[in-house]
Amino acid sequence: MTRQVEVRSGMYRDSVGLMQVSRDLRALDGVSSALVAMATELNVDLLVSMGFEQPDGVTPSDLIVGIEAADEDAIARAHTALDSALAAGPSGAGLSDGSREVPPPTILAAARRAPAQLALISTPGRVAAIDAADALAAGLDTMIFSDNVSLEHEVALKEIAADTGLLLMGPDCGTAVVAGVGLGFANVVRPGPVGIVAASGTGAQHLMALLDGVGIGVTHCLGVGGRDMSSAVRARSTLTALDRLDADDTVSTIVVVSKPPAAEVAELVTAHAERLTTRTVLGYLGAGQPDLTATAERVAAAVGLSWVAPRRWGGPVPTSRQGFLRGLFVGGTLCDEAMLIATSELGVVASNIPLDGGRRLDASLTATGHTFLDFGDDAMTVGRPHPMIDPSLRLERLEQELAEPTCAVVLLDIVLGVAAHRDPASDIAALVRQYDTPVVVALIGTRDDPQGLEAQATALAEAGALVHASNAAATREAIALVRRSRA
Amino acid sequence: MTPGPAADLTVVTAGAQMFADALNSQGVATVDVAWTPPVAGTEDALTAVMLDRRRVGANAKALTAMTSAGAALVDVRPAYAALDLEPGHFLHAGPPLTWDRMPGPLRGALIGAVVYEGLADTAEQAEARLDAGKFTFEPAHHRGAVGPMAGVVSSSMWMFELHDETTDHTACCSLNEGLGKVLRYGAYSPEVITRLKWMGDVLGPALQTATRVTGPIDIVAIIAQMIQMGDEGHNRNRAGTLMLLKEWLPALIRSGLPTGDIADVVAFVSGNDHFFLNLVMPACKLMTVAASGIPGSTVVTTMARNGTDFGIQVSGLADEWFTGPAQVADGLYLGNYGPADANPDIGDSAITETAGIGGFAMATAPAIVRFVGGSVSDALATTRRMYDLCVGENPRWALPIMDFRGTPTGIDVTSVLRTGQLPQINTGMAGRVAGVGQVGAGLVSPPMRCFERAAEALARRVSP
Repeated sequence: MTRQVEVRSGMYRDSVGLMQVSRDLRALDGVSSALVAMATELNVDLLVSMGFEQPDGVTPSDLIVGIEAADEDAIARAHTALDSALAAGPSGAGLSDGSREVPPPTILAAARRAPAQLALISTPGRVAAIDAADALAAGLDTMIFSDNVSLEHEVALKEIAADTGLLLMGPDCGTAVVAGVGLGFANVVRPGPVGIVAASGTGAQHLMALLDGVGIGVTHCLGVGGRDMSSAVRARSTLTALDRLDADDTVSTIVVVSKPPAAEVAELVTAHAERLTTRTVLGYLGAGQPDLTATAERVAAAVGLSWVAPRRWGGPVPTSRQGFLRGLFVGGTLCDEAMLIATSELGVVASNIPLDGGRRLDASLTATGHTFLDFGDDAMTVGRPHPMIDPSLRLERLEQELAEPTCAVVLLDIVLGVAAHRDPASDIAALVRQYDTPVVVALIGTRDDPQGLEAQATALAEAGALVHASNAAATREAIALVRRSRA
Repeated sequence: MTPGPAADLTVVTAGAQMFADALNSQGVATVDVAWTPPVAGTEDALTAVMLDRRRVGANAKALTAMTSAGAALVDVRPAYAALDLEPGHFLHAGPPLTWDRMPGPLRGALIGAVVYEGLADTAEQAEARLDAGKFTFEPAHHRGAVGPMAGVVSSSMWMFELHDETTDHTACCSLNEGLGKVLRYGAYSPEVITRLKWMGDVLGPALQTATRVTGPIDIVAIIAQMIQMGDEGHNRNRAGTLMLLKEWLPALIRSGLPTGDIADVVAFVSGNDHFFLNLVMPACKLMTVAASGIPGSTVVTTMARNGTDFGIQVSGLADEWFTGPAQVADGLYLGNYGPADANPDIGDSAITETAGIGGFAMATAPAIVRFVGGSVSDALATTRRMYDLCVGENPRWALPIMDFRGTPTGIDVTSVLRTGQLPQINTGMAGRVAGVGQVGAGLVSPPMRCFERAAEALARRVSP
């Protein structure tokens, strides 16, 4: 074992840098102990306590070096390392400030990075309320795409939004258009005089697509979440959204679309709408209420444009067969609307999202009689993407129903738009071709949607499907096919 | 015509990247959150606390209280006068703990304090009496005081007394002994006791005279200047020390005290770069105590360690402690010391980070950034990360290198748990064994457990 103490005069380095040098020397092969430090009283004591000889006549502006190593070679290596460390000066990246790239870990942090107006949240439903509360605290209007947010948390969030005059869209708000910008599963719409408040994602998409079909543009479509018009939520977001649209001069006609609302909440919204200065068309879905297509027709009348019945693509009506209607939907409101029409024409239907008085399917989702499945329901999307993005679950079921002898007709929806599947028609068309079972499709999309409305419709029609731009019309054709088969 | 880019709309996105992409493709600017799930098991408590309608207002109030509190040095006097501290009763750093759970440095400091007070003749006798339960202990925080490292205060030790005119609160801290073998690091050798006696006989009275003649000295203002001079107020207090000395000098020179004593006092203060830490700490205590006890607030008002437990207090929960095991700092060691020699984290000095400086102001102290791991860029990133954990900024303390942005202030319990990122504390490291003293310095974080427990307690207090 060799010990060596050295004094280097007139060399100042800061203590932190020297601690680092000491550490690096100690890490060298054969070096058992090292101290490189300014010769303060404290450091000289430290040197002695480490077993080195006390250097004479040093002052705090001298650098002391103590090295203990296995042999002279190791001492020499340590000296070389020391020389290069001292020659190099301080290490580090200097002022090349990569720190500006620190990504914001929360919505509030993000809102501090740049002035924003809106937050779009698609974090897991179990914790989405946390992020939404953060967004509202940051003063942002907030859209919660996430589903599986509890009703209790929805009410609490909407109370906070009401406190602060902010608009909370959602939870489970699949689509919105704000100042012409599509959020979530939005369709590409042209600007125009209509503003929509929607307690229904696919209901709003369908309305926008129908209006687009007759050349009516939409500037805003404010989704409020499918539960907003329930007794518990009491239309808190709907009322705020109505006031926002009423205050916007570019909106000349407001439309409210909703899944079947609670009666007293519908009254509340109706009364509120009557106080607005902007003309308002109310389109609540429900038994005996106008369907979405009829609502679109009323909007056209309000705007003063002529109405043309939505398009139908496809050839002759296929051969009838005995059995039941099977509706396989990705849009909850489209499923509701189809069930409302089917119930009035065919009687009670079964579903995983039954209407009041409807039959609820058990957990196996085995079809029984006329059956409607919503693949976008919360229970079906836990831990998996929405079927508008990942169609595999519905495709599987479609094939099963097409092969099922008791299935007379399959009715399904396809929803186009930004963020939806790039080509939903082709997989479905391939299955339609393989089987004889008649298939009726409600194709929801606008002229400018990225998938190409015309191309999607043509692909389906060529495969033998009957394709409608109106969900109500598609449903009625499917019902007619079932009736004919029973006759 | 498809809609043109909405130049005036900026959207914050959290969650699926495809929605941000869809917005960007429409010409809309997005700020995308680097979202991570909250700390596992805290989801329900966090949801309840985030949905508490009092939270935002209460936190704004806490921030205002914290950033508008004053802190003036008004007196220097012994603890029996400043704190009504009885002989045989000792203050210590961190949350409460009993003798049997006390770590080496705290035991060492208590042994030294017992000897210093003349309550035992030798260290062995002092330890035996401590062991036998002859003395009583209390966290300094419970008396509105703070102490670095072991934080031990006995009745005849001299204290700085700081006062906040806004709230009429007072906070105290002992006089800093310097580095090396010192009581606060758990050393109790004769030289330690001798120095303490000199501090009591000469230093304390001299500074009392100087302070009383100079009048209240605005410590908040000195801190504002020092953080523009490369001090972050926890591990570097060099500029602050000299500025304080400058305030005292005329009164000291005119005091009529023996010239030798004045020279010793000036040499002692100017020779100890950490002298001003013991004024920064009580100033920070006055700020954080001003923000304490606001119902619904999730702002942290205390972070303190006793070498065994790390404890935090939260504004909305007033004086309740939430503890977890203290961690060993990651840093650089003196001489041959290594991680095995270091005691877990100890001291009330994390009050500086609680008030938004120390590790939070790392960006302003490039001279010591190598504790962070090497680069100035890392130091800047550290401060930027701390902004993301805080409810706001302190405009009185501006960081030049951050374009004079105020220091990040008011750690939010919910932000810590939501991001999984912990406050960064700059700290000294005490030896594990009583009597060793300082072994290094570095960085440390609180255990997540403190924040988890605090969130649970906050959730229980949310009115339905």
